[in-house]
Amino acid sequence: MNWIAIAVTFKLALLTASVLFIVGLPIAYWLTFSRWRWKFIVESVVALPLVLPPTVLGFYILIAIGPHSPVGRFYSDVVGHPLPFTFEGLLLASILYSLPFAVQPFAAAFEQVDRRLIEASWTLGVSRLKTFFRLIVPLSAAGLITGIVLSFAHTLGEFGVVLMVGGNIEGETRTVSIDIYDEVQALNYAGAAKTALLLLAVSYGVLLLVYAMNRKVWAVWPQR
Amino acid sequence: MAAALTVDCRKTFPGRFSAAAQLTLPLDPPRVLILFGPSGSGKTTLLRCLAGLEWPEEGRVQFGSTIWVDVASNIRLSPQARRIGYMAQDYALFPTHTVCGNIEYGLSDLPAAARQERVRELIALLQLQGLEQAKPAQLSGGQQQRVALARAIARRPQLLLLDEPLSALDAPTRAKLCGDLRRLLTQLAIPAVVVTHDWAEALTLGDIIAVMSAGQVLQVGAPQEVFSCPANAEVARIVGIETVVQGQVVANDSGLATVSVNGIALKGLGADVSGSAVYVCIRAEDVLLERAGSGVTSARNHLPGLVVQMLPQGPVVTITVDCGFPILAVITRGAREELGLETGSAVVVVIKAGAVHLVPRSG
Repeated sequence: MNWIAIAVTFKLALLTASVLFIVGLPIAYWLTFSRWRWKFIVESVVALPLVLPPTVLGFYILIAIGPHSPVGRFYSDVVGHPLPFTFEGLLLASILYSLPFAVQPFAAAFEQVDRRLIEASWTLGVSRLKTFFRLIVPLSAAGLITGIVLSFAHTLGEFGVVLMVGGNIEGETRTVSIDIYDEVQALNYAGAAKTALLLLAVSYGVLLLVYAMNRKVWAVWPQR
Repeated sequence: MAAALTVDCRKTFPGRFSAAAQLTLPLDPPRVLILFGPSGSGKTTLLRCLAGLEWPEEGRVQFGSTIWVDVASNIRLSPQARRIGYMAQDYALFPTHTVCGNIEYGLSDLPAAARQERVRELIALLQLQGLEQAKPAQLSGGQQQRVALARAIARRPQLLLLDEPLSALDAPTRAKLCGDLRRLLTQLAIPAVVVTHDWAEALTLGDIIAVMSAGQVLQVGAPQEVFSCPANAEVARIVGIETVVQGQVVANDSGLATVSVNGIALKGLGADVSGSAVYVCIRAEDVLLERAGSGVTSARNHLPGLVVQMLPQGPVVTITVDCGFPILAVITRGAREELGLETGSAVVVVIKAGAVHLVPRSG
C-alpha cells in the first residue's frame, strides 16, 4: 500500500473538512436566514459541484488559479510559487468541490431550529452572534457533524478534480484514488485491491456513523 | 407629557393581511394593556412590532423618551436593545437548557454570584423549587408557563409583552394561573401588554382594553366601559358580553356565590373566585323577562325592574332593564308584543345562576 498517498489523502480530507466547517457555517446561516429574494442564485452556485463533472470544475479552478489569472498571479507574487499542482491548490479545489456536502446539511439543520426560540433569545438581549453559538449550534449539532463527516468522506474519494488541479506528484498531490488508478494502469491488481478496500471500509464506516447518529438530516440518499 | 408607550404604526404582509394601530399606554403608574380580539385580528402582529420582531413599514413606536421605531427617520431599535420581557404563545423554552439555564439565559452580563441570586429569587417567586435541573419537556403546561414568565422577567424589563399567556393550558389550570398572573403583574409593577381572545382573562388582567378586529383597533377604554358600552356593533359582537357590572362577593356557599351589585343580591357560579371584588358578566341571550313575578322557576335570580330602553334590531329587541343597575336582555319581537312591553313597564328579570359569570378584578 502506498502509505504516502494515504497520508496525503487524510491530511487533505481533514483540512478540507476543517476549513469547510469554518467557511460553511456563515454561508449556511446566511442561506437559511436571509430574506433576500435572489438568494436562490447563491443556493444554486453552492450546489453546483453536486452536478458538475469534476473535470469541468477542475478545469475552471485550474484556469482561475493559473499564472494567467489575477488570483494566480497574486498568489505566486506573494508566496513565490504558482498555485496549480501544489497541495495548497488541491486544498482550495477540494474545498470548492465539497462545499455543498458541508453547507447543505448545515443549512438543513439550521432550518430545523424553531424561529421562535431564536426570537426569544433576541428579546432576552442576546446578540445575533451569541444566539448563534449559544442556541443555534447546540440545537443543530447533529446536522453540523453530518456536514463535517460528509465533506471529509467526499474529499477522501475525489478523483477528477485532483487529477486536473493537483496533477500526480508523489507526497504532494497524489491521493489514494489516483494511486489506485495508477496501480490498475500498471496491472498491479493486488496493490489496487488493498487500497480500494481501505477506502471502502473508511467511507462505509464514516457513513455508518452519520446515519446511525441522525437519519433526518439531508444526506446523499433520498429521504424516506 | 407624562411618560407613555405610544404606538402609531402599520404592518402589512403583502397579499395577506395588514394591521394598524394608534395606541397610548401611560407608564406611570404601570398599567396592563389588553389587546383583545378574535384570532387573525392583528393582536400578535402588533405585539411583535412592540418586541422588535416585526418591522412596521409606516409609523413610529416610542417608549418614554426612547424612540423604538420611526420609519420616517429610519430608526429601528433591535429587540436586544429594548429591554423587554417577551413571552410567546407556546413559551419558546430552550429545549437544550434546564429550567435554571432558561431563566439565566439572558443574564450573562451579570457576575456569576448575582446571576445565581437572581435565579434563586425567580425560582421562589414562581414556585419552581425542585425543578431547577429539569428540562422543559419534563414539565407540565403550567410549569412551562411559569418558567417562561420567570425567564421573561429575569432581566427586570421595562415592558412586559405576553402573547396569549394562558391559552396553551387546560381550563382549570387557566382559571387558577390567571389569578396568579394578575397578582404577579401587580407585584412586579411593570407596564405590560397582554394579548388574549378570552374575555374573562381580559377583565381579570386588564387596566385598559384595546379591542381589535381585522387589523384595526376599534375601541380603547377601561374594561367595564368597553364591555358595557361597546362603541359599535362590531365591538359588541366581539366582546359578546352585554352586561358587565362591578360587584362584591358577600357569600360563597360551595361554589354558589352571592354577589352584591348596588345593594341588589345576585347568585352566580363562582367556584374559581378567590377575592371579593368581581365583575359580574351576563350575556343578553341568557336573560329572561317575565311580566310579573308569577311563577317559581329553577332560576336563582328574580330581579324586579323597569324597562328603560328598547332597541329593535331585526327580529330581536335589546331591552335595558333597570334593576338597581342596568341589565341587558335580548328577546324576539313576538315575545315583546306578547308581554306588552313598553318603556316604563315593570318586569321581572330572570337569570340562572350559571349565566352569571363572576370574574375577579383588582379591588
